[in-house]
Amino acid sequence: MITLQKGPVHIGGITLHNHLILAAGVLGTTGASLGRMLRLGAGGVVTKSIGPEPKAGHSGPCLIPLNGGLLNAMGLPNPSRDYLDEITHLRDEPVIISIFGGTPEEFGEVASWFADTAVGFELNLSCPHAEGYGAAIGADPAIVRACTEEVAAYGIPTWVKLTPNVTDIGVIGRAAEEGGASAIVAVNTVRGMRISIDLRRPVLGNRFGGISGPMIFPIALRCVYDLYDACSLPIIGCGGVSSAEDVIEMMMAGASAVQIGSAVYDDIAIFEQIAASLYADDGLAADEIVGCAHA
Amino acid sequence: MHDGMPVVVTVREIIDETPTIRTIRFDHPFSIRPGQFCMVWAPGVDEIPMGYSSPDTITVQRVGEATAALTSLAVGDRLGIRGPFGNGFSPEGRLLAIAGGVGVAPLYPLAAAGVVETFILGARTAEELTFATPLAALADLRIATDDGTAGYHGFVTGIIDEEIDLSSYDTICVCGPEMMMKGILDRLDAAGIAGRGQFSLHRYMKCGVGVCGSCSIDPDGLRVCKDGPVFTGDQILNSEFGVYSRDASGRKKRP
Ligand SMILES: Cc1cc2nc3c(=O)[nH]c(=O)nc-3n(C[C@H](O)[C@H](O)[C@H](O)COP(=O)(O)O)c2cc1C
Ligand code: FES
Repeated sequence: MITLQKGPVHIGGITLHNHLILAAGVLGTTGASLGRMLRLGAGGVVTKSIGPEPKAGHSGPCLIPLNGGLLNAMGLPNPSRDYLDEITHLRDEPVIISIFGGTPEEFGEVASWFADTAVGFELNLSCPHAEGYGAAIGADPAIVRACTEEVAAYGIPTWVKLTPNVTDIGVIGRAAEEGGASAIVAVNTVRGMRISIDLRRPVLGNRFGGISGPMIFPIALRCVYDLYDACSLPIIGCGGVSSAEDVIEMMMAGASAVQIGSAVYDDIAIFEQIAASLYADDGLAADEIVGCAHA
Repeated sequence: MHDGMPVVVTVREIIDETPTIRTIRFDHPFSIRPGQFCMVWAPGVDEIPMGYSSPDTITVQRVGEATAALTSLAVGDRLGIRGPFGNGFSPEGRLLAIAGGVGVAPLYPLAAAGVVETFILGARTAEELTFATPLAALADLRIATDDGTAGYHGFVTGIIDEEIDLSSYDTICVCGPEMMMKGILDRLDAAGIAGRGQFSLHRYMKCGVGVCGSCSIDPDGLRVCKDGPVFTGDQILNSEFGVYSRDASGRKKRP
């Protein structure tokens, strides 16, 4: 298999320990948990999405494992401003603050709390199961651009995370680029649901949710491929990555790095696992393969 | 990742243990290790973690909305169960079990398996004692009530201080209110045997399968649902245990 050179990675204005980043909302409720994932080999970590008010999230069930994926509707639980205390001890680490809001002003407000200390922001414009938040606004290029402008104004690297639940993801990617994004993260979960046959009702407390894990890998890959053609920003591929081969495939589609979430379900040491077969002393520079499948 | 859809069970029996605690028996058993838990879905209400009190029962105290729904179930009603989850206890050698209140539930399968030598059971008052009758036949049972209406007048830690040589046990399994458990951890630590303690922790849980992080404890980020719920005393000595926990939003609160 193709292997890559080890070493720090610079993407979208942020320096990471390697190409493998912990995705938002997975083991990101506490700073201690993020610290653990960094110790377990993550090249960088994204926090739980933080919003303008504390939220308890949806009632359960909130997450159901499926064959080849996870279905979740957490409902964006977050401690809001209190999250500042969680991450003070990680000040020198690549901790990216994920933000959600209902309006550009709300995005800006949350960003202002972290502006003195954050190495970077990631805008969650894409959560498919929180009313008025996320995908509702992530499908509108004008709002995506406005939210991005609002946060990018702080002069801190601003990644914009997109939903796959749109007709043309390239249009949304370009809106983020015009708004001043420094990288694009693609993608958030694919909307879906399951029904309990015996109970004749949706199994998630929120009825609908988002699908992640290996079953969405081809969807995420296609989104990355489309964005690579549509935009000139670096892309961080996210969705179903669970092996070194998946990382290489994402890179060939156009990703400069990847995020990994659901794969921690099978193995919390997934970052070390992937790194062990992804990196070698005689490995290639990632540049040599990023986007090579477009030739 | 494999199918983890809730298994729908029908309530076969409801047992009133105390004025606030009920045991709910399902129509079929799960393959459990003592100390494991399940995520119990009360349809239309919520899903909450609950220790198995036997392969086909959970024992629930009414404390909030979801437990209120569970304690008002009737025979024939249906529930969703995901699990068993977590590590469970690792009994070895001479075993002392210490339970406070409904914390007796996940310890009961240990006693039922015949591996508990001494069982200390505490409750606020006599009528809140749970499983006292069967436990008396399964182990050397010592009872403590806060108000002295049965057994020792005081907390379980009082019995320990007056009647028990902790260091004569190889394994000390504990479940109950966090401050009670902290009192026991302090005593084990003072005796230099924190590692012999196995504490079943309770934290807010959303997923139950180690993905969301809502049950992570400081400072190491251990997940109560997946790395626990049972931790040895030395794993939690210098931790948030006994100091704070987090609510559904992730904000810190007193235990
Ligand atoms: C339990 C869970 C919680 C999530 N929470 C968030 C979140 O707060 N913000 C966000 O942008 N994405 C969130 N996501 C989406 C992930 O960051 C990621 O985009 C998605 O799961 C696809 O990647 P994966 O297949 O590697 O998990 C969450 C996913 C899961 C499974
Ligand atoms: S409840 Fe989700 S990680 Fe433990």
